Amino acid sequence: MISIKDLHKSYKMGDNSLHVLKGIDLDIDEGELVAIMGSSGSGKSTLLNILGMLDLADEGKYILDNVLIEGLNETTAANYRNQFLGFVFQSFNLINYKNALENVALPLYYQGFGRKIRQTKALEYLEKVGLKDWATHLPSELSGGQKQRVAIARAMASQPKVLLADEPTGALDSKTSNEVMSLIQQINHEGKTILVVTHELDIAHMCKRIVTLKDGVIVEDQKVDQVIVESHV
Amino acid sequence: MFSRDSWQEIFETIRKNKLRTSLSGFTVALGIFIFIVLFGFGNGLKNSFKQFFLDDATNTLWVYPGKTSKPYRGFKANRRIEFENSDLKDIKENFKFFVEDVTPRINRSSRVRYKGKSDNYSSRAVAPGHQYIEKTIIMKGRFINEDDVVNKTKNIVIGRLVSQDLFKDEDPIGKYLEMGTSAFKVVGVFQDQSGDREERLIYMPYTTRQLLEKNNDKVNSIIVSFRSDLGYATALVFEKQLRLFLKNKKDIDPRDNNGIRIRNVADQIRQNQQFANVLQIIVAFVGIGTLIAGIIGISNIMVFVVKERTKELGVRKALGATPKSVIGMVLQESIFITALSGISGMICGIALLRNLGDRLEEFFIIDPYIDNITAVVATVLLILFGAIAGYLPAKRAALIKPIVALRDE
Repeated sequence: MISIKDLHKSYKMGDNSLHVLKGIDLDIDEGELVAIMGSSGSGKSTLLNILGMLDLADEGKYILDNVLIEGLNETTAANYRNQFLGFVFQSFNLINYKNALENVALPLYYQGFGRKIRQTKALEYLEKVGLKDWATHLPSELSGGQKQRVAIARAMASQPKVLLADEPTGALDSKTSNEVMSLIQQINHEGKTILVVTHELDIAHMCKRIVTLKDGVIVEDQKVDQVIVESHV
Repeated sequence: MFSRDSWQEIFETIRKNKLRTSLSGFTVALGIFIFIVLFGFGNGLKNSFKQFFLDDATNTLWVYPGKTSKPYRGFKANRRIEFENSDLKDIKENFKFFVEDVTPRINRSSRVRYKGKSDNYSSRAVAPGHQYIEKTIIMKGRFINEDDVVNKTKNIVIGRLVSQDLFKDEDPIGKYLEMGTSAFKVVGVFQDQSGDREERLIYMPYTTRQLLEKNNDKVNSIIVSFRSDLGYATALVFEKQLRLFLKNKKDIDPRDNNGIRIRNVADQIRQNQQFANVLQIIVAFVGIGTLIAGIIGISNIMVFVVKERTKELGVRKALGATPKSVIGMVLQESIFITALSGISGMICGIALLRNLGDRLEEFFIIDPYIDNITAVVATVLLILFGAIAGYLPAKRAALIKPIVALRDE
């Protein structure tokens, strides 16, 4: 599903250049649930942003679903994101003046679906994350866990190939973290490829594979025994 | 870009961001409203200026006698020139091609009494043609006519304010009042646009005044009206010829500029017109200034709006919005708001001007108006600049990497 080869990325900080990713090779198959671990500054978020085409690599090859991603301008990147990727952010990034349903329907709008289809599909995904009754609530009326579930529904609504989650539990307490992770496991169980960036070991162990980054290189890549989270959402 | 869906998206955004919407809408509406009202007031000022200064007939020459400054044909310098009735006749006969009418004027001031009330008023002894020159409007009765002049009648025409002062609610027509030492019969009441001073005058036949003053034939000044289709250049030629003719008749050195003074109203009109044009420029300046202030206002708000939405635009981009659709959304929204509020501001401004009418006359604003083309052009200009002002920050925001936009807190 995802294949990257010799990926480099550096940021210019005034006169100095900060080399964040120093040659990353990584292959992820369809249906995997991968945790990308690492302390802050290890480059894990940068890697996720490049995978999500929110940022561009300086060097290296990136193949997503047999499509070589290169020479992106903002328009084609936007189209790829819309087609292939779903995002879940640490800070949810819901649009605060739109209610839950409208937030979930937004990627469908950019996919060009009509209003009725958007509404039905969005409601369907909200039901999946257990928030059907909250469809007309604004983000400010939802708890952190609920917000993140809405965000996950939004990411799923466009039926992406890959779901990218950047510290999805970073802003949540352990109980709601478990709820969210349980949801992610469930989605993965249905066959979706998911990448989760985290610095928490227990979250990482809820995934099937842990890739550990340190100072811009992969230092460890191992399959683990998945801890299944039971949650009653 | 203009599909029903994108409109729905925009209406939703507008409905849910009422503060932002009303802020930018209000700025545009206020800007265009102030522009239209100011511009209308400027036009009202121009109108009252016209009424004050351009009220009298423009095709007239005012001829005043002076004092000679050079000796000529055996006369010494410093001789006082006087006009008499024969001058009127001579001007009429010698300049038939140019002249429409000639009227003398003799100014006096005298005590006027009626039923115990009395006051001092200026009187003008004139010929019937004077009515046209001053654009005197008869309210009641009639003006001095040829019959009065020939028969030297003691008929007078009094100003509106004279009638008000002396007669109150009484009808003055046919009443006799005492002026100086004789009794005069009021045959008419007049009003004049030029103001109160004009309406405190009393008109009488010039021959009657001459009869009262030992039956002489002197006149103070002569007002010549010429054909209005002559044009400015011909009027100047006429003025020159008239001057030469009178200098010759009165034995004044042709090079002596002090014997006779001629005031050409056409000339003065030109000066006044220039002043009116300056007024117009000031009005335009104020208008453009207001418009620029409005444009700056809407630009600021657009920058603020886009800044406020940076994160939202980042989210939209992460979800697959192309830069084009982001710019389109911001622009469509801003144009929609500015157009709607611009037009309502324009309508409000025009409605206010229409309703004001002459209510601000005491502030020298008469019949303020704005022509539709100026109003529409100003509105379109504001909408256009609002769109440009929205486009630049929207474009910048659309090209920011979504990751940077998402980090924006």
